[in-house]
Amino acid sequence: MTGSAEGIGARVTRREDKRFIIGKGRYTDDMNVAGMCHAAFVRSPHAHAKVASLDADAARAMPGVIAVLTGEELAADGVGNLICGWMIHSKDGTPMKMGAWRALEHETVRHVGQAVAVVVAETRAQARDAADAVVVDYDALDAVVDSLDALKPGAPQIHPEAEGNLIYDWEIGDEAATEAAFASAAHVTRMEIRNNRLVPNPMEPRSALAHYEEADEHYTLWTTSQNPHVARLVLSAFYNIAPEHKLRVIAPDVGGGFGSKIYIYPEEMVCLWASKKTGVPVKWTSDRTEAFLTDAHGRDHHSEAEVALDADNKIIGLRVKTVANLGAYMSLFSSSVPTYLYATLLSGQYDIPAIHCNVKTVYTNTTPVDAYRGAGRPEATYLVERVMETTAREVGMDPAEFRRKNFVRSFPHQTPVIMCYDAGDYDASLDAALKAIDYDGFAARKAEAARRGKLRGIGLSCYIEACGIAPSQAVGSLGAGVGLWESAEVRVNPVGTIEVLTGSHSHGQGHETTFAQLVSERLGVGLDTVSIVHGDTDKVQFGMGTYGSRSGAVGMSAISKALDKVESKARKLAAHLMEASEGDITLEGGTFKVAGTDKELPFFQVALAAYTAHNMPEGMEPGLKEGAFYDPTNFTFPAGTYVCEVEVDPETGKTEVVDFVAADDFGTIINPMIVEGQVHGGLTQGIGQALLENAAYDADGQLLSASYMDYTMPRADDVPSYRLMTTVTECPGNPLGMKGCGEAGAIGSPPAVINAITDAIGTNALEMPATAANVWRALKSAQPAQAAE
Amino acid sequence: MYETNYHRATSVDDAAAKLGAAEDAKVLSGGQTLLPTMKQRLAAPSDVIDVTHIADMKGITESGGGIRIGAATTHAEVAGSEIVKRMLPGLAALAGHIGDPHVRHMGTIGGSLANNDPAADYPSAALALGATIHTNARQISAEDFFTGMFETALDESEIVTAVEFPKASACAYAKYPNPASRYAMAGVFVARTDGGVRVAVTGAGQNGVFRHAGLEDALAQSFSADAVAGVTTDPDQLLADIHGSAEYRANLVTVMAKRAVAACA
Ligand SMILES: Cc1cc2nc3c(=O)[nH]c(=O)nc-3n(C[C@H](O)[C@H](O)[C@H](O)COP(=O)(O)OP(=O)(O)OC[C@H]3O[C@@H](n4cnc5c(N)ncnc54)[C@H](O)[C@@H]3O)c2cc1C
Repeated sequence: MTGSAEGIGARVTRREDKRFIIGKGRYTDDMNVAGMCHAAFVRSPHAHAKVASLDADAARAMPGVIAVLTGEELAADGVGNLICGWMIHSKDGTPMKMGAWRALEHETVRHVGQAVAVVVAETRAQARDAADAVVVDYDALDAVVDSLDALKPGAPQIHPEAEGNLIYDWEIGDEAATEAAFASAAHVTRMEIRNNRLVPNPMEPRSALAHYEEADEHYTLWTTSQNPHVARLVLSAFYNIAPEHKLRVIAPDVGGGFGSKIYIYPEEMVCLWASKKTGVPVKWTSDRTEAFLTDAHGRDHHSEAEVALDADNKIIGLRVKTVANLGAYMSLFSSSVPTYLYATLLSGQYDIPAIHCNVKTVYTNTTPVDAYRGAGRPEATYLVERVMETTAREVGMDPAEFRRKNFVRSFPHQTPVIMCYDAGDYDASLDAALKAIDYDGFAARKAEAARRGKLRGIGLSCYIEACGIAPSQAVGSLGAGVGLWESAEVRVNPVGTIEVLTGSHSHGQGHETTFAQLVSERLGVGLDTVSIVHGDTDKVQFGMGTYGSRSGAVGMSAISKALDKVESKARKLAAHLMEASEGDITLEGGTFKVAGTDKELPFFQVALAAYTAHNMPEGMEPGLKEGAFYDPTNFTFPAGTYVCEVEVDPETGKTEVVDFVAADDFGTIINPMIVEGQVHGGLTQGIGQALLENAAYDADGQLLSASYMDYTMPRADDVPSYRLMTTVTECPGNPLGMKGCGEAGAIGSPPAVINAITDAIGTNALEMPATAANVWRALKSAQPAQAAE
Repeated sequence: MYETNYHRATSVDDAAAKLGAAEDAKVLSGGQTLLPTMKQRLAAPSDVIDVTHIADMKGITESGGGIRIGAATTHAEVAGSEIVKRMLPGLAALAGHIGDPHVRHMGTIGGSLANNDPAADYPSAALALGATIHTNARQISAEDFFTGMFETALDESEIVTAVEFPKASACAYAKYPNPASRYAMAGVFVARTDGGVRVAVTGAGQNGVFRHAGLEDALAQSFSADAVAGVTTDPDQLLADIHGSAEYRANLVTVMAKRAVAACA
């Protein structure tokens, strides 16, 4: 590494922000093609119903209408059903029971908002008006929304393929060893834990513009995707839209995803198909109501957890039973979230010799559920850290000391649930966080708050998560349909400017800045000479996209490998040009130097020489461009301690988060400012889940919180000014030592908040979201007289 | 949104004429309720008549010992008005906590009263202070104006032109906002006037804003926060939804009443 003022560790401002701040971002809905028409979907108002008849005659006759297309036509044209890309087997060895998911449904609708037909018209308003004029007769069926209800005998049967609505009944860990641990336990703590359902709510709603050009039999799709190559692969290989070389997928600026834009949804598929069918380019942009009803939701677990301690308060066993609600259909990665992304993290930061977890996933008449910021790890962390806090209280130990007593301290550490932790220092982050919050001074702060009539509480969360997904061979053996490597290409232009093509996709993460910082660090060139190219299957050869905090640990590792090759070739050429031996060449501040002499050649001149090719070493090809694929060797394991302090107003139940300290270990940090931004956003989403957000359905399957009038997003005045710090252990698994920081905040914060509130109110009977009304009710049931006052 | 025709009225008479001329016209004031409703395709007026450029319907003046506020006056103007802050500080504070800055700079008092959302803030002030609503046809006391959820005494094409508030020796508003919409889950306006103490509750009632006899009686005997601490509200009369039970709202009414009384001091 040559180092650079704009290189690794520099707090440079985000290069992409100018266009976003001045309103010049280029999003899918900004794209327009001559002759473009607009799609509007006809959607089911029922959560569960038979489609008795559909009459589109009146709609077809309306002004501007090009076509009204139905599910029958879609099926007749051989467009495939939507798939789930991760095979899970039940503990009895049978494969998961997947019901058919058609992009337009013409027989049985299974959630409110499911599309049954599409209208293509010249204007958006015309399409909408005509969609309203399509007359659909439904025979309503009984619906079920809660996963526990869906498993009860006699519950409405949602898919014929999944008897009793059970998709799979999966397990991990050693059941017998865990039984034995509980049999010898000195203390057992038992809890029921619910993880609330969330709506992702990226600022930019989903959008697609599909353009079929008949002369070339070629499709172009602009879409809001976190992984355009995966989208193309799935659209080609499974949905029969077009072979890959006849389908270009472009994901331009994307305004946030949080997981919800990983998946292929019915609407993009239908736009592609409709463009061919009608001969016009077709655009659809979701409105906010459609987003609430059709963007894949997150979380929604019911769990029972038990922890066994020996007489010395060491954990000897953990037993978990979880029922996960997957909604009406299995979305692209839905099966992996409550299994390999969840139960493999149940060991937390702790040395637990025996763990067993059983997971049942269930169909319900609700919006499909899939990965949402954190994907499985927030569910695991919430469970483990609520259990840790509760157990410490039950045995009368200080919650920090109880955790410390059970920390993993030697690495690598093999857990009983697949994961092998490679590096970490959990004491370091716990110490840093406790010092920053002034843990010892809490009693005085609580007393002072009591004088103001407030209940003050403190709560911890020592989280661990797994990022950098993932070693392809490992995930393949666990059922993944794809490999999870990443690719990169570094193109040095003749004038020495550099384009980096990456399979990662930026939708808020700041790749145009951090990836360029890596190039600057390695080659000593200025950031202004580097551009990052992503999001277009015609430009970038292949890539797996961005999710699971993988773009640093996996995407940048691929770039680093490609840079190794570029540097090596340039060094050989520089040695040749300066008539020196390669071993004497150094690269400092963007200039190749011959050690011990004053001979030097700037990097850009070496690049030019590679392209003029007038004077090349024997056998060297002209040009300076290298590609690399990087397949990780292990997951990475970011970890840290969060401490939250709250004050509860006992009269209203309102919680104020008055202090929040986050001590994270993300390994190497490329840009501290961007990392802090990621943590701020993650913490705010986590506090949102803990205090405010809830996707609430009524018994008929209507989403009650289907707009911002009823779904509470966290706002600036709901969160404190965070106090962030990092403790660094480098990740041994990748060349840069990076672990990933994109989801930690959302993963680690909810239990810290709930632990703090339950500490404040003196009762543990509280679930998320801890709205004022819920906290007031918990207080009232714990101390009826006091709360009624 | 469905297509609609926009008209800018130049006077109250012009607005009334335009309203009468169109097939299904609606008054458009700040648009903060009407436009979102139209965007969700829940309302489809053939024509909208914008009244915010009518000089007679704007501004804040002292009149007959009270305050007259033009119907098209924005929440931000009420919140920032020296007259309102001096004479009815509780009203200025109420206006300053409606929605967010965008909403306060567009939304108007006339629009809010005409809409009579059961969770809106202004109706509680109008009812507690005993305001008079002026229209292009008549004057209506607040008591008679609010007739139920989203219901008022206004005729089909009647236009609210101004609101007149009598003065009060003390007044204050305490609101517990809905966490999502930030409308009132329970808002209590307490006014102490020559005619006695009046208390109006918004956000919580099944039929919209209402006067609270229990709180008024308690405060008539002793105007103190302690006096209302033991006053309860029958949950059967209150709203329940995903944000809070009727019992929770009943509790909030008492707590907000205490806080409003304390703020009067
Ligand atoms: C994000 C958001 C948050 C909000 N938060 C709050 C809140 O916390 N508290 C609160 O009280 N309100 C809140 N509101 C509503 C806001 O105060 C509106 O401004 C108000 O309810 C309506 O006023 P308007 O001037 O916008 O009326 P418009 O939307 O223009 O009209 C509303 C209705 O009244 C009719 N109307 C308007 N003016 C007249 C008139 N002069 N004569 C007869 N009929 C008329 C219209 O025809 C329409 O039916 C919020 C709104 C939004 C968008």
